[in-house]
Amino acid sequence: MAMTSLFDVVGSAMSAQMLRLNTVASNLANSETMSGSADTIYKARHPVFETVLDNTLQGRSLQGVRVKQIEEANTEAIPHFMPENPLANADGYVFSPAINSVAEMADMISASRSYQNNVEVLTTAKDLMLRTLQLGRS
Amino acid sequence: MSVISFDKAFGNHDDALLLFERRTQLLSENIANSDTPGYKARDIDFNQVLQGVNDSLPLETTSAMHLNPVAEAPFGPVEYRIPSQSSADGNTVDMQQEQAAFAENTIRYQTSLMILSRRISGLVNAFKGE
Repeated sequence: MAMTSLFDVVGSAMSAQMLRLNTVASNLANSETMSGSADTIYKARHPVFETVLDNTLQGRSLQGVRVKQIEEANTEAIPHFMPENPLANADGYVFSPAINSVAEMADMISASRSYQNNVEVLTTAKDLMLRTLQLGRS
Repeated sequence: MSVISFDKAFGNHDDALLLFERRTQLLSENIANSDTPGYKARDIDFNQVLQGVNDSLPLETTSAMHLNPVAEAPFGPVEYRIPSQSSADGNTVDMQQEQAAFAENTIRYQTSLMILSRRISGLVNAFKGE
């Protein structure tokens, strides 16, 4: 039955969205991580999705999702003048990553909604398949 | 005495199930790719498929073994959606539109399924002759 491959598509999307949620969690968790050098500071990570074509079914290409790469944001670290901080450099500065927590939260909600949509599709497709199996048996 | 033609008994509904299944797949791909940059949403134009079923003449068959392509599952051409709003990353999935289409397609599928189910139970009743 061709419909089973639908589960692969939806599953690929769910794992991609889950990875997006994971990067958001990582970004938020590290938003206060200090460092004595601007080069070693944590940088916000965001996944880039891409469509993956599956041509195993003749003429009916299926389009799932995969994470092409995880990109590190190119933002400058924010310097804080804290001479008493043990991590401070010679000039008395510590650095924190420039993570926009509001943007991260918005990203989280978007990922969560997309995940929910995919779950909904999965549930509906499963329901339709089960009903089809019951065809003529009443 | 002729054998019962299941093709005639079921009408278009068995083909319709295949079409709706294909459409379920396409719409779920659209929903899965709602955040993929550059993805273009696709769909089947249901009315066009229906026209195709009604318009295309059946091939002349000279043997009972000949297959009739019109009677086979008619999948219309898969076409790209025209986006109502453009997005910066080139993605043309409009989630609301896709969800509405998915819901509509599910209802259509269930309707065809129900009609088929009723026809089958009708046939079964006829066989039993109760």
